[in-house]
Amino acid sequence: MAKIQNNKAWLLVLPVLVLVAFSAVIPLMTVVNYAFNDTFGNNQFFWNGLGWFEEMVRSERLHAALGRQILFSGIILAIEVPLGIFIALNMPKRGFWASLCLVLMALPLLIPFNVVGTIWQIFCRIDIGLLGRGMTALGVDYNYTNDAFDAWVTLIVMDVWHWTSLVALLCYAGLQSIPDAYYQAARIDQANRWDIFRYIELPKMSGVLLIAVLLRFIDSFMIYTEPFVVTGGGPGNSTTFLSIDLVKMAIGQFDLGPAAAFSLMYFLVILLISWVFYTVMVTRDAGGDS
Amino acid sequence: MSLELQGVSQVVDGQLHIAPTDLVLEKGTMNVLLGPTSSGKTSLMRLMAGLDKPSTGRILSSGKDVTNQRVQLRNVAMVYQEFINYPGMTVFDNIASPLRLKGQSKADIDRTVRTTAEMLKLTSILHRRPLELSGGQQQRCALARALVKGAELVLLDEPLANLDYKLREELRAEIPRIFEQAGSIFVYATTEPEEALLLGGNTATLWEGQVTQFGSTLSVYRHPESLTTARVFSDPPMNFIAVGKAADALSFNDGATVHVHDQWAGLPDGKYTLGFRAHHINIGLSEAVGSEFQAAQLRCTVVAIEATGSETFLRLRYGDAIWVAITPGLKKMAVGDSVNVWLDVTQLYFFDEAGCLASCGDSVV
Amino acid sequence: MAQITLSNLAHTYAPSGEQESDFALKTLNHVWQEGGAYALLGPSGCGKTTLLNIISGLIMPSHGRVLFDGTDVTGLPAEKRNIAQVFQFPVVYDTMSVRENLSFPLKNRGLAGAQIQARVALIAEMIGLEDILDQKARGLTTDAKQKISLGRGMVRESVNAILLDEPLTVIDPQLKWELRTQLKSLHRELGHTMIYVTHDQVEALTFADTVVMMHEGRVLQMGTPESLFETPKHTFVGHFIGSPGMNFLDASIEGNHAVINGQPVPLGANYRNPCGHTQIGIRPEYVQFTADGGLPVVVRHIEDLGHRRIVHAELERSPILVSVPEGCPFDSTMTQVRFIPEKINVFTDSWRVEGETF
Repeated sequence: MAKIQNNKAWLLVLPVLVLVAFSAVIPLMTVVNYAFNDTFGNNQFFWNGLGWFEEMVRSERLHAALGRQILFSGIILAIEVPLGIFIALNMPKRGFWASLCLVLMALPLLIPFNVVGTIWQIFCRIDIGLLGRGMTALGVDYNYTNDAFDAWVTLIVMDVWHWTSLVALLCYAGLQSIPDAYYQAARIDQANRWDIFRYIELPKMSGVLLIAVLLRFIDSFMIYTEPFVVTGGGPGNSTTFLSIDLVKMAIGQFDLGPAAAFSLMYFLVILLISWVFYTVMVTRDAGGDS
Repeated sequence: MSLELQGVSQVVDGQLHIAPTDLVLEKGTMNVLLGPTSSGKTSLMRLMAGLDKPSTGRILSSGKDVTNQRVQLRNVAMVYQEFINYPGMTVFDNIASPLRLKGQSKADIDRTVRTTAEMLKLTSILHRRPLELSGGQQQRCALARALVKGAELVLLDEPLANLDYKLREELRAEIPRIFEQAGSIFVYATTEPEEALLLGGNTATLWEGQVTQFGSTLSVYRHPESLTTARVFSDPPMNFIAVGKAADALSFNDGATVHVHDQWAGLPDGKYTLGFRAHHINIGLSEAVGSEFQAAQLRCTVVAIEATGSETFLRLRYGDAIWVAITPGLKKMAVGDSVNVWLDVTQLYFFDEAGCLASCGDSVV
Repeated sequence: MAQITLSNLAHTYAPSGEQESDFALKTLNHVWQEGGAYALLGPSGCGKTTLLNIISGLIMPSHGRVLFDGTDVTGLPAEKRNIAQVFQFPVVYDTMSVRENLSFPLKNRGLAGAQIQARVALIAEMIGLEDILDQKARGLTTDAKQKISLGRGMVRESVNAILLDEPLTVIDPQLKWELRTQLKSLHRELGHTMIYVTHDQVEALTFADTVVMMHEGRVLQMGTPESLFETPKHTFVGHFIGSPGMNFLDASIEGNHAVINGQPVPLGANYRNPCGHTQIGIRPEYVQFTADGGLPVVVRHIEDLGHRRIVHAELERSPILVSVPEGCPFDSTMTQVRFIPEKINVFTDSWRVEGETF
């Protein structure tokens, strides 16, 4: 639909542009500066070209972190998306219980990330945590601070607890928009439960589902706070994801050049994946009806 | 006040939504936009309202260019197919809301709301909320809100489409009379030819984004300048058949020929598409009467019969063409029957090969 | 195909509703004959959709029973009743092709591939979908989608009944003619029992052999389109059927004539002292303008519909509508109206009384 053209309106955007320039563009340029130069302090820079980038692309440490990151995002999506759909399909459609479910589901989404981390960090401690002590009491050898597998399980369960609601709520909204007539027609056509899901529910909620997958992917790919609070990237480097590694590199070791190159590549990867999602969504909409 | 569209067109993403259109709408008139779904009725209304900006052309209000004026600054009211009211307000407050925005005094508002409510039969439900009302009452409330605004231009986008048949009939009869008093320019979009006729006033027929004809409703109905207009402004659909005219004979594809009535003597020889409306096919006539009657006799097969109690609707096959005929009373016929039909030759439309009206019956010119 | 019997059927949505006003559907006994074409006609909220959903099994009635060919199916859900339903808005499976849409109900019932293909081809040809069989349903026009819904309803041979819930609401007027014709020929060739719900009297009268007129949860009249038009049992039927509806005038009845404002009006039958509030009903089609010898009226305004004119007039302050066909003489000297005596119905307290013909 054509909107009214009025170029004066651009002036209204100016304050935001200035703000963004200070908060994002200028820091970003600093990062770019660090990425292409080497420095030994005193604000003295030496041109390093693509040196840092080459080093980072070949860095085994980075490869390992990237591998862990992809694995983590993959597992998260593989659990949260089907689980979210399943929960949405089984939520009451209307009435008191529907409202109650919605409120309960929204609760985890309202908690700040570091609080979530702290809650689970304490919850899982084998000395004072309810879960940790409970598991130990049941004879399960569980200790996320020195067992890599246990640490992974803890982080995944925490993320599922925190974020499945988002997927479920989005799917629920998609499902609510399907008129009853579709379900009635399907019953009359003797479609089974799977057919109803496959031919009615999934096509009708595919739009919101794609958004949910995109959001969850980006968020999990950039995850920092919760694993930092719970495991700090350990034991060893077993839960050192990309962003944690980046911080270790930049702030811990003060390798600003490699870290800058690394963060630029990180940024481009996320941009690339978001673009792929966007293209898929747009072509899908164009193929569909209004 | 008048609204004038000069060469207004709309192109969205390279697709033509509205072809260049010239229209002049006068104060105090009812103007019907008639066309099938997605023929551009709503797009044209949005352009008139100023909700969208035309790709080319100008829009003048009382001679003043308002093409670039925002909708908020124009005095426009709009009623939609969906019943749009403020759900949290009573009917009274809903109707009063445009007046309150204007800052009228309490007494004035009260008076205006009550007279309008009286006119739209809302007086007894002024204290209720829209969602407690029937569809007809909700739409009356929306109409009342549009009316009290005193807008110069009131746009009604298929306002009765979501109502029951009988309610629609009732409101349709009231609308012209209510709006006559208001003195604004009314634009009313509909897909139904019958609705356009009932509303009267002027009609613009729309087809694929193009205004094919604009004029007084009856003149457009009786004298469609093109095949497209005739098709858009006929319900039941107009019947068509290809004919050839040579000297004083009309020949049909199946070899049948009829003598051309004197009325068409001036028409040049050539190929034509003959159009006639469902009410101008006669079936009840006997052979003897048929020859006396100024009619062309053709042999058709009955494809479907529908009885409404007062009339019989027939679908007839003649060659490849399927026609609709409406005759009074009940006809004892069965599907597959072969029947003789007579076309009332005073009520024929001849369209030339370009689809333009070449000639039509004298009673309609 | 089956004969459908409704036995003492009634329905209330209120859980403990025992008052009559709680009932969306009041007690009803009816037999839908096998292979018949029925219409359920009435304004919104008259209970027609409730009745349809009870027959299809989407709603379980609170009282009474539904029988298919004598077998009680009251407790059976929709999928076990072997019925088909077409809804107001097209319901299609977007991601499937037109062919897959049509074969879906057959595939679910485990029919053989060749059988499915043959049946789908037949139905597609009858509704005019054969050219787009392999297109995806998504992106088709509304009327094509509604044809698919219709086709999915027709595709099962053994179906007990086809229920149509205002199927033409979203279709443009000119296309309605085509779809109605197809619906009629489908009914004739396939012979299914069809029940068509609508608020549009033209659709009901043109589709059905028997029209069931409902109002406020009650069946007011059941009969042929002709009988509903000519002899409505209740003033509401007279008002609802016909466009415009029947005129009603207060009158006193004296044997074979009515008296309106002191003037006698001849009737087509003899009535013996009807008591209560008496009215006569006359259709606008059966009122004729005349220069003299009738009742005087004042013409208020005229709607010209091309093929006829609707004249809004007043007879001693009661509104009266007259339908004047195209070509029928009518001018300003004609200030009186005459009624065709045989077409006058007499009502007392809104219900029609039968006269004795002489």
